[in-house]
Amino acid sequence: MNILTNPKKLRGFERHLKVENVSRRSILKGLGIAGGFALAAPVMSRPAFAAYETGASKMPHGTVVDPRVFVSIAPDGIVTIVGHRAEMGTGVRTSLPLIVAEEMEADWSRVRVQQAPGNEAKYGNQDTDGSRSTRHYLMPMRQIGASARSMLEAAAAKRWGVPATEVKARNHEVVHAASGRKLGFGDLAADAAKESVPGIEGLKLKDPKDFRYLGKGQIGIVDLRDITVGKAHYGADIRLPGMKYAVIARPPVTGGKVKSFDAAEAMKVSGVEKVLEVKGWPWPSKFQPLGGVAVIARNTGAAIKGRDALKIVWDDGANGKYDSVAYRASLEEAARKPGLVVRKEGDADAALKGADKVIAAEYYLPHLAHVSMEPPVAVADVKGDRCEIWAPVQSAGGTRDDVAKTLGIPDANVTVNVTLLGGGFGRKSKCDFAIEAALLSKELGAPVKVQWTREDDVRHGFLHTVSVERIEAGLDKSGKVIAWRHRSVAPTIASTFAAGAKHEAPFELGMGLIDNPFEIANLQCENPEAAAHTRIGWFRAVSNIPRAFAVQSMVAEIASATKRDPKDMLLELIGSPRLVNLSSVKDPWNYGEPYSSYPIDTARLRKVVELVADKGGWGRSVPKGHGLGIAVHRSFVSYIATIVEVAVDDKGKFTVPRVDTAIDCGTYVNPERIESQIEGAAIMGLSLAKHGEITFKDGKVQQGNFDDFPVIRMDESPLVTHVYIVPPGPDTPPSGVGEPGVPPFAPALINAIFVATGKRIRSLPIGKQLEA
Amino acid sequence: MIKVKINGQEQNWDGDPDLPLLWFLRDEVGLTGTKYGCGQALCGSCTVIIDKQAVRACITSVSDVVGRDVTTIEGLHPTGDHPVQKAWRQLNVPQCGYCQTGQIMQGAALLMDNPKPSHDQIREAMAGNICRCGCYQRIENAVHLASTGV
Repeated sequence: MNILTNPKKLRGFERHLKVENVSRRSILKGLGIAGGFALAAPVMSRPAFAAYETGASKMPHGTVVDPRVFVSIAPDGIVTIVGHRAEMGTGVRTSLPLIVAEEMEADWSRVRVQQAPGNEAKYGNQDTDGSRSTRHYLMPMRQIGASARSMLEAAAAKRWGVPATEVKARNHEVVHAASGRKLGFGDLAADAAKESVPGIEGLKLKDPKDFRYLGKGQIGIVDLRDITVGKAHYGADIRLPGMKYAVIARPPVTGGKVKSFDAAEAMKVSGVEKVLEVKGWPWPSKFQPLGGVAVIARNTGAAIKGRDALKIVWDDGANGKYDSVAYRASLEEAARKPGLVVRKEGDADAALKGADKVIAAEYYLPHLAHVSMEPPVAVADVKGDRCEIWAPVQSAGGTRDDVAKTLGIPDANVTVNVTLLGGGFGRKSKCDFAIEAALLSKELGAPVKVQWTREDDVRHGFLHTVSVERIEAGLDKSGKVIAWRHRSVAPTIASTFAAGAKHEAPFELGMGLIDNPFEIANLQCENPEAAAHTRIGWFRAVSNIPRAFAVQSMVAEIASATKRDPKDMLLELIGSPRLVNLSSVKDPWNYGEPYSSYPIDTARLRKVVELVADKGGWGRSVPKGHGLGIAVHRSFVSYIATIVEVAVDDKGKFTVPRVDTAIDCGTYVNPERIESQIEGAAIMGLSLAKHGEITFKDGKVQQGNFDDFPVIRMDESPLVTHVYIVPPGPDTPPSGVGEPGVPPFAPALINAIFVATGKRIRSLPIGKQLEA
Repeated sequence: MIKVKINGQEQNWDGDPDLPLLWFLRDEVGLTGTKYGCGQALCGSCTVIIDKQAVRACITSVSDVVGRDVTTIEGLHPTGDHPVQKAWRQLNVPQCGYCQTGQIMQGAALLMDNPKPSHDQIREAMAGNICRCGCYQRIENAVHLASTGV
């Protein structure tokens, strides 16, 4: 049972249906108890001391390692632990508090999880993106738990007048073994709160062999029951007294605006109360709203019906000619000419000229939409110079900053309550929908919910980029690859932040281009220019998707041309076990992590290939029309290899009977959630490989809903996905899980299709290509 | 004035009779367990059970359900322990969880119609319900588990 979602425990909770803010005083009051562990805690921020260094301290606001910020204990022994990251399905709202509970020896059944509002000065970085939560917070959460444990032990030792070394916290109580005395955490809470927080350097962390929860996978997510009974609260489930419902007609072309509109018919719709223009920002403007015309109504259905009746004349602006067919041709043209060199070892140009054989191919991946099941939605209540937001946002702190800036009020006047996210996938890293709600609430003087329809989501999002990856591999007489030139052309996410950005940013180049792990003497990566014509944003695994698709397809193409086994070819290209030297790269972005803790370790890359080949039965005989394909990719500093078995019938229809994936994500918290992320990544990989395509004509997105932007349904999903997790070494730092499962799927599938049919797919989605 | 019966309770509606049941449930009655996902009966997030049939509330109007028994996730089982709900928890099915109430209602409706579906029948019957997180393997197994006794 979770305090968050157990309305009986908090008066007034059900009415507002909100995830309660972390105001411990109100929690304690609401529970009718006094005292406790967390009163009047000063905010204390300091760098984490860890056995390994991570990029956490370089994130905005870094980490906060203070048990008084994250842990409170009520006199009845209930331990409340703050989850300060956003829960979008990865399980992080459970796994981070679980780490604290583990270290402090709390009994999980007596732990409640409380969602933090956006406040990075207090909690540290909250931007839940980049598969960072566990890798940045495993050690800080352990330290927080160990601090709390040590304070409880100190309080007990004082009570008994014995040295602290003689007492030990164990399963929600502190025990003095010599005398057999015991005190529960609840009994010690008030005294423990008076203890000073011990320095990190002196903390004693638990021996992993004593872990009860970490690495075991026995604990279900805290929201499990509520999800199954319809009581889990997402952004759309917030209801406030007097709240208005709004939908917005946005400019169909990025950068467009309203020229004129006629609201007469809309106002006749039953339930519609008002129609008004909402402010938009010129493109690009980071996450600011697009503007448009809002319909305000007594319920969402009336608002949608009213919007359908609006007559709007748009000014399309500079992107009114954006056309996917023409744009693809321009990307291909760019990929055939030299571009900005972003990595260079040896002389790839000369080596390609002198090669015995050159294999060249271009791989295309179109724009993709996130289509999280919960479309963007937000509730805002602006009163005077204060604003309260309830929204499913990945970055609560960023949302707070952006809303405050837009309204022209201080951050301190903005409260961002983070609800559960009905999927995120990067879309909800951008808070435009929360800003829209704040602007409308200010204008109307009432709480407002802005609901995006599915069509809004597909047509007005921050799409995955569109790309052409051109790879040329030069082989010598023996078939050895001696040259590799990879040109990657795609509009950059940076174009959403600054007008005219035409080269990919280091964080995009570092996703499968400049971090190429192959042992090839002459290796060159280039990035020709590409201009954006719509909003480009992060999509689960980002640039790794097209890069892994291209690189891992090319490996199989070389294997086929040289009559080699694709797995053997892959291992040969990865080469010797070593740490890849990126000294030739000017800005070798490594997911924000120090290379010393997170090098590109080809031994680990080889190991997941060998593991999946072993467990997944690489080389096993399969029925006629079936094929096996393999791919490996390092992303978010994790190593993942996938084997896909495909079955293609004589009409070119295909199914996926089996998927095998091996993941090395270092030290992990909850293997059961790793499995679920990888199972889901296979589905998302299959969705984009089979169906995913957003196209533009006359500047407008041509799709709108799941009929013309289909995603995988159960009847076409893999029959089974097996997941194998590499056991971590004793000091292996944790690495990403949420995103890295996606990139290897498409190339493994494409390689399997080649084996099954002899057809090489170089343009995604597959669509009807096999039926031709 | 329209009177409709939701989870055994009568509800009155004096607004637009064409209002989709989904928004009536969510915005007017406050039963938010039924989710919006597409508005066109393409994703199944809004699935409710009407007279033992799984129905998409987003394309059903309030006036369509006059005189019929509407069951939402909140009314599926008095303590939330329908075999499908229990199976869901046993197998840790959800990731983000948003589509899951619709999936559970679809699964429950399937078992009313066919108490012992085969895996193929489950995959076919559940194909109208999209899960973007990709929990399908567990959804399939949970419906199967529910059919065999949790």
